[in-house]
Amino acid sequence: MENSVKIVTEKLNLYYGNFQALKEVNLEVCSGKVTALIGPSGCGKSTFLRSLNRLNDLIDSVRVEGEVRIDGENIYDKSCDVVRLRKKVGMVFQKANPFPKSIYENVAYGPRIHGVRDKKVLDRIVEKSLREAALWEEVKDNLSRSALRLSGGQQQRLCIARVLAVEPEVVLMDEPTSALDPIATQKIEDLIRALKQKFTIVIVTHNMQQAARVSDITAFFLNGEIVEVGNTGLLFTQPVDQRTEDYITGKFG
Amino acid sequence: MKVKSKLRLMDGHCYISSGRTAAFLAQRLVFLVLRLAMLLVILVTFYIFYHILSNGIGVISLEFITAMPRKGMTEGGILPAILGTFYITLITALAAFPVGVFTAIFLNEYARKNMFTRLVRLSIRNLAGVPSIVYGLFGVALFVRALALGTSILSAGLTLGLLTLPVTITASEEALKSVPDSYREGALALGATQWQAIRTNVLPSAVPGIMTGLILGLSRAAGETAPILFTGAAFYLPRLPSSLSSQFMALPYHLFILSTQHHAPDKVRPIAYGTALVLLLLVAAMNMTAIMIRARFRKAAARR
Repeated sequence: MENSVKIVTEKLNLYYGNFQALKEVNLEVCSGKVTALIGPSGCGKSTFLRSLNRLNDLIDSVRVEGEVRIDGENIYDKSCDVVRLRKKVGMVFQKANPFPKSIYENVAYGPRIHGVRDKKVLDRIVEKSLREAALWEEVKDNLSRSALRLSGGQQQRLCIARVLAVEPEVVLMDEPTSALDPIATQKIEDLIRALKQKFTIVIVTHNMQQAARVSDITAFFLNGEIVEVGNTGLLFTQPVDQRTEDYITGKFG
Repeated sequence: MKVKSKLRLMDGHCYISSGRTAAFLAQRLVFLVLRLAMLLVILVTFYIFYHILSNGIGVISLEFITAMPRKGMTEGGILPAILGTFYITLITALAAFPVGVFTAIFLNEYARKNMFTRLVRLSIRNLAGVPSIVYGLFGVALFVRALALGTSILSAGLTLGLLTLPVTITASEEALKSVPDSYREGALALGATQWQAIRTNVLPSAVPGIMTGLILGLSRAAGETAPILFTGAAFYLPRLPSSLSSQFMALPYHLFILSTQHHAPDKVRPIAYGTALVLLLLVAAMNMTAIMIRARFRKAAARR
């Protein structure tokens, strides 16, 4: 996959009522790379992530200004089809949120709502997605088991499989390992590195080691603004901005 | 007293000179009052049930629940009243269920939180406090007169439907609220429309709660007298209702007639007790069903 620009945000402002959560955010996200968003709690990184698939639309008081272009198309344009957008830009949440259904039904959920009825096709999609999410070997004999009985790490990989089943181009991850133990976290991180061949990945993380381990590009958010963006290796070793340095060296956070 | 010895252990000094301090006595007193209140509730409930059971059980027979009343209701059974109550409860369910559930879905899932929805919610809460006789008179004005449905099963059932609506809406909304937002977000993030997310992901989890609320509402409606008084319940009908526009007999109204309006109240007293027992069992059965649905749902949730 060539590394072309996939997502561009231009002067993105976002308000919750009177509170401005994002201020003039300009960012380019390249395909085939992992972009990490770091910053202290409440700095707007999750809000920014959720503005990339318009999940903030669900909150009544939210107002958005500026543009988010994905493949050149402004997703805040009136003509944008939100359903198609969210199929193309999938999301993995902070807390694994499997539906109270079987493992199979969780993965088949997306294809089903997009009109896939053929059982054979669904079977294929479910197997392919679970393999891609590195979960197939663990669950292939128990596909009809309730997804809620999986362990936390398995649940999160199931949620990733569920996203992959609708064949997205971008995968957004909102602190996907913050509730997991180190071993489960490592599995997810391995998975992220494998998935970046096929998908554009944007990940929000509190864990700076994680950002350093999995990402190619890192953006540092503070008070709703991007302070610094750069190659992950450079940003963590030679930060340009004093605030970035203070944050990554643990002076605040 | 354990507390005392522990306190002494901590610094080797005893602060509590006696076990029976004022605070301790106050606690004893409050617990006593609480226990008495609980006993009173149980006693009253059991006395009512015992009284009706002991007086009514002798009357109950296969004939009593399958035969028509005879000789000015002094003999025979109460089949028309049982069927009448069954029919109007059915109409009530058919009216209250869709309107109540759809209203709840609209309020909880679609409506923005603004002045308008606050007003709607306030009205629903107030509706729940309206006396049932007012519903009865409203039913006469709307269903019997304005919509020309006459005094009938349909009018009475719809009137009771209105009465049940606040309970149904509130219970359905609570059930929808208890479904985690992550089920909605997860579906929407996969490209589901809001209705798809609700239909496939939210409603299945909310259905047990909704059903419980509906059944509890219905069991209250089944025992109501005032709303059906002017909208279709008949004093005495020697035949079964033939259509939705027929008048009907109903258990609570029949009971009211037998105990206060009959020309020979002493003669029909056993039948009145029998009727009360049948009504009580019917309502109890409905409540049990609601409890069973809830229990089964809890078990299913625990198994996950």
